[in-house]
Amino acid sequence: MAKTRGHISIDIDECKGCELCTVECPQDGMAMSTELNRKGYHYALLVEDVCTGCTNCALVCPEAVITVYRENKANKTKEKVAVITDVRDNITVTVS
Amino acid sequence: MSAASEGIQCAYIEDLDEVWARPSTLIETTMHYCPGCGHSVVHRLIMEVIRELNIQEIAIGVAPVGCAVFAYHYMDIDMQEAAHGRATAVATGIKRMLPDRMVFTYQGDGDLAAIGTAETIHTINRGENIVMVFINNGIYGMTGGQMAPTTLEGSITSTTPSGRDLAMHGHPLKITEMIAMLPGAYYVTRQAVNTAKAVRKTKRALMNAFKYQMEGKGGTSFIEVVSNCPSGWKMTPIESNQWLENHIFKNFELGDIKTPPKE
Amino acid sequence: MNTKVLMKGNEALAEAAIRAGLKGYFGYPITPQSELLEYISRELPKRGGSFIQAESEIAAINMVYGGAGTGERVMTSTSSPGYSLMQECISYIACAELPCLLVNVVRGGPGLGTIQPSQGDYFQAVKGGGHGDYRVIVLAPNSVQEMADFTYLGMDLADQYRNPVLILADGALGQMMEPVIFPDYNPEDHKVDHSAWATRGKPNDRDHNVITTLHLVSEKMEEVNLTLQEKYRTIVQNEVRYETIEVDDADFIIVAFGLTSRVAHKSVELARAEGLKVGLLRPQTLFPFPTNILSELADRVRGMLVVEMNAGQMVEDVRLAVNGKIPVSFHGRMGGIIPQPEEILDRIKLVYNVNEMETA
Repeated sequence: MAKTRGHISIDIDECKGCELCTVECPQDGMAMSTELNRKGYHYALLVEDVCTGCTNCALVCPEAVITVYRENKANKTKEKVAVITDVRDNITVTVS
Repeated sequence: MSAASEGIQCAYIEDLDEVWARPSTLIETTMHYCPGCGHSVVHRLIMEVIRELNIQEIAIGVAPVGCAVFAYHYMDIDMQEAAHGRATAVATGIKRMLPDRMVFTYQGDGDLAAIGTAETIHTINRGENIVMVFINNGIYGMTGGQMAPTTLEGSITSTTPSGRDLAMHGHPLKITEMIAMLPGAYYVTRQAVNTAKAVRKTKRALMNAFKYQMEGKGGTSFIEVVSNCPSGWKMTPIESNQWLENHIFKNFELGDIKTPPKE
Repeated sequence: MNTKVLMKGNEALAEAAIRAGLKGYFGYPITPQSELLEYISRELPKRGGSFIQAESEIAAINMVYGGAGTGERVMTSTSSPGYSLMQECISYIACAELPCLLVNVVRGGPGLGTIQPSQGDYFQAVKGGGHGDYRVIVLAPNSVQEMADFTYLGMDLADQYRNPVLILADGALGQMMEPVIFPDYNPEDHKVDHSAWATRGKPNDRDHNVITTLHLVSEKMEEVNLTLQEKYRTIVQNEVRYETIEVDDADFIIVAFGLTSRVAHKSVELARAEGLKVGLLRPQTLFPFPTNILSELADRVRGMLVVEMNAGQMVEDVRLAVNGKIPVSFHGRMGGIIPQPEEILDRIKLVYNVNEMETA
């Protein structure tokens, strides 16, 4: 597998079934469930093992219920999501 | 959090790093918005920016009447609900009392561009050092889908049953271009949240706007987000996002309208 | 020793507000209160506060809402048409329980009316004015000294009860010049801790504070109303203020507030000179209204005359207090005309010996 390995987890009971994530997935790895969740919606699922952890699905998810994971290539030192210093005095924010 | 009952499981998830998760500043609750609504995305983006800039303790938000009136249920910061149209006046009162706080308004098109037009223009003309977030979805969502000042010509709403007729209802108001002319406007941009790419850009715009407020040198930062209203437009969320691309963005072009002078 | 200074009512009020620790003033020019706005625009910025000439009275009162929500001392001032414009937000302020000082230097209405003094805003000031069940504490000064004194009092009451307080003046009180003494008052000694509810940014150790007036669940909205009504009952119990002049042996009472009470005072002197035992009751608070003293007086006088610069507004509250025990007559002038002591005396003579219910 040449691609970066990734995965998502979805809080399916909070999904409102808008389907926007399924359109946004560049790997076409997502689909809607046949079951209904507690709210009565078909919920989003990762159905193909093709996730690269690109975060696109999470970015368009209105309910913010998708958590995204990605492999740490070559077991490098873990990179942080954001480096924050006290910005009130000195604005330095790095978002990787 | 429930585990998925269908879909693929991941055996190696322990080996992976969490690279995206719901921001802690967004309160763990179900938002009242309809499925696919852009409001939820913009709420989350503001909360991401506030968390990443580490300004939760000094942020004060103002959400007036409109679909976003309950924003205070979702944003874990001090907030004031405002009367319809008056968010920027309220924000002005807050900012003048507490100039070192990060104050922002979150307003819809009816609020900002109809009933609150005077407040919008004069707040920006005073160059109040606040961030204004303007959700333009071309409709009055909360009251049942009536025409908004930004509704496009020909669009059917519950008060333009035959489509917006310019002779009867006037023209769609491009208030963002109007306010960009004001000397008090420091940063004016029009963004969207219909794709991941657009979401990234909107977040960057919000990040810039709050940084400008911290630096306190310019004036008002104004971020319009052209968004959808699947329920009001009577479309699926996917159709509504396509409608944005095919029709709305042709009239409300995305991009920066006024950027701060280069230093 | 505090020295006496000669000042206009509007300016005395403005100076008192600044001395009382005013941090934010938001207003819009309108005659006859513009000196107040001008004075504060000149003085407040150099004494540690913020001044904004807003784009409208609507914007001004909403700035007050925002500023009050931070727990700082804020105010606005206006005159009748402007006060009408502010009503929506005053309802919000009352519901959200935000402390602030409002000033209405009343002019004659309805409509654009006249810039001359009037008391035609009694209903609007005292009975709510905006939508829903709420009350504003209403203070009615009758001198330049009281324009200042009630400003300090109003700021304190606003903070104490988390309620808007209105100073109901009129064009003449705002414009007239009289000597005034500013009392010793250190705002620091009067500071109320608003940190439990004010929106000043959320520290890590507390939940976020939210100022809202929206409660879609009926039971919750009723609960909010019941809390407000309970507060208003406390205010009624504790904050009634009035002045009595020559009431001890009086068998007839004039009731008047604000500027009219000064004219009525003269009428009392004229009546006394003619042997008529007339006294004066002057409500200093219009909400809460001095109902009890009026009821007590009604047990021992033969009648009352209410004098106002309107078509008869406070007279309704006097009649409610008296509850039919004695006749209550009314004498009013409108359009900016101040009644003369002699015409009030004539009116007293007309009803003094006539045991009949008068209706204006």
